[in-house]
This record gives sequence, structure tokens and C-alpha cells, in this order.
Amino acid sequence: MAKKKTPAINSSSTADIAFLLLCYFLMTTTMGSQTGLQRRLPPMPDPNQKVQDQKVNRRNIIVVKINSADRLLAGSKPMDVSELKDEIKIFLTNPANDPNLPEREDKVVEGLPTSYRGGHYAISKGVISLQNDRGTSYAAYIAVQNELVKAINELRDDASMTIYGKKFLNLSEDEQDVIKECIPQNISEAEPKDVAKK
Amino acid sequence: MAFGRSGKKEMPGITSSSLSDIVFMLLFFFMVTTQMRETENKVQVKVPEASEVVKLERKDLSSYINIGPPIISLQAQYGNEPRIQLNDSFKSTSDIRDFIAAERESKSEADRSFMTTVIKCDENVRMGIVTDVKQELRRCSALKIMYQARKTNN
Repeated sequence: MAKKKTPAINSSSTADIAFLLLCYFLMTTTMGSQTGLQRRLPPMPDPNQKVQDQKVNRRNIIVVKINSADRLLAGSKPMDVSELKDEIKIFLTNPANDPNLPEREDKVVEGLPTSYRGGHYAISKGVISLQNDRGTSYAAYIAVQNELVKAINELRDDASMTIYGKKFLNLSEDEQDVIKECIPQNISEAEPKDVAKK
Repeated sequence: MAFGRSGKKEMPGITSSSLSDIVFMLLFFFMVTTQMRETENKVQVKVPEASEVVKLERKDLSSYINIGPPIISLQAQYGNEPRIQLNDSFKSTSDIRDFIAAERESKSEADRSFMTTVIKCDENVRMGIVTDVKQELRRCSALKIMYQARKTNN
């Protein structure tokens, strides 16, 4: 009975198991990247400099206001967040050439294939001005920001479909830059002093 | 003369049992450090949802500003009004300038223009405090910001 030795447990595989765990942790820590909406704040105006009249034509601006009860006002009409995207798309494309909607300037865009209208693109001059109250909830603010980005992303998708026949995300980096130039993301976050006046 | 067979002594096999210990040590190192990186949250943050989110490009070049009500265990001390958390402590908007300056200092010169400030804000916070933070960031000319949000599919 005592002659039979119990074989030692092969421990060489524990290293593999530990490696697997290690890889798992390595992967999850890098993969769990943060996501969000990227924005660029306007630089602080020089206090010594007098506030200049912004030379933006009235028709080129759409004011999106969110009040303290999270109600939304775009242009001059109140609306729901779900309607905002289409409103912005109409504002930025101006399909009917409405004189109350922003003008579109036919410009030569560098890098745009000449097969598309000879390298010209009618760039909208529209600027979205987003104003919020101090009492607006952050969730509503982000929801509105999201709708604005969504409208622009959809316009970019449309443009890249007509110009390149591909979705915006599938374009190369250079092509994406061209589309970005054609459809700029002009969202201005208003000065808080405008907000305080309300 | 065959070298291999001359001696009766066999080369002892390298024991690989310690390998697992080394790897386990590495594993524990990573487990511990990844937990440390998340900094102790002193504010409750439930970031809002958005569908058009983009990924943060350079994680190492980002600094975080957390805004939200203090966690429950600290509410007795600090109340439940939304507060700003920088690094590991509660701060006010006037401390942002120093915070940004310190963050800038810790990054290499070439990378400074790519620095992003991530605003990690609870969805129930009112915009007033966020506006104050944004104004302060503009004053420090840390203009690249990101509103952190979770991805949804619709």
C-alpha cells in the first residue's frame, strides 16, 4: 500500500491561468475608456478690449435656450428635445432657400473631389447658440448637446454618402477633414452674463 | 565522446513553479494600481446618457473634474449640495486654476496643447456650478473639454 506514491500535482498550468487573469485585467483597464461629448470653449475675451459687435447676421443664428424647468426654445418656438434635431438640420441645410435661414456660401474646399460640383461645397454659415439657465439640469443640457451633435453627424453622413458613397465613419482621416470643413460644427456656448439677465 | 551521455547526472529541470508566483505578483500589482487610479470618489456621479459620444483619445493627458453631491457617508459632514472634487478632495471653483496649472506642469511641453479636461458631472446637477467651472476653465485657457457621458444606442 505504501509503495504507491501520489503523483505531485502539475503546477505548470497555474502560470498560464495567472497569465490569463493578468491579460484580462490589462485589457479591461485600457478598454474601459471614457466616452463623452467633446467641446471647445471659446477663449476668454480680453477685459481691456471693448466688446465688439459680433458680425453675425441675424439669419445665421439659431438660439437654443433651455430654461430652469428644462424647457427648450429653438429659434422662436418652444419644442421637445426630439424635434430639435430636424429643426437644426433644416436650419443648417436651408433646403428651400428661405431668406430667414442661414445663407450658404459656395466655396472651394481643398481636397474635395472635383467630380462633385467641381470641388465646390455650399458651406452653411449657420451658428447654433446654446444658452442655458443656472437652474437647467445637466442631464437636459447634455441631451440638447447630444441632439445638436447628432444633427451635425447626420448631415456629415449624408454629405459623405453623396460625395464619397461611404458613411462618415468609414472615410479616411483626410476625407473626414474635408467633410468637417464642409459641415462645420459651429456651436457657441453663450456667455453666462446673457444667462443671468433672464 | 558524447557529452550528453557521459555523466550519469541529469540536468535538473528548471522548476517553473515559481513562475506562477511571479505572475501572480504582477497580477496583484495591476489589480491594486488599477483600483488606485480611479481615485476615491467623494461625490456621487451618475453621468448622463448620450448617443453621439466619442472616445477620449489621450487618457494620460486628461484631467478630471468631478461634480456631484457628496457620497452618503460624507453627507453628514458636507451636506448634499453638489460639490466639486479635484484629485482627492473637495475644492471650490477658485482652486481650479491651481489644479489646471499643476496638471499642465506634470505633462510634457509637447503634449500640453492636447490636454483635455473631462467634466464628470452628475445628471441631476444644476448648470450653475458647471457654468462656473467652464468660466474658470476659460480663464485658465484650458479650452478643450469633454462632457463625460455614457453611450446609448438610440
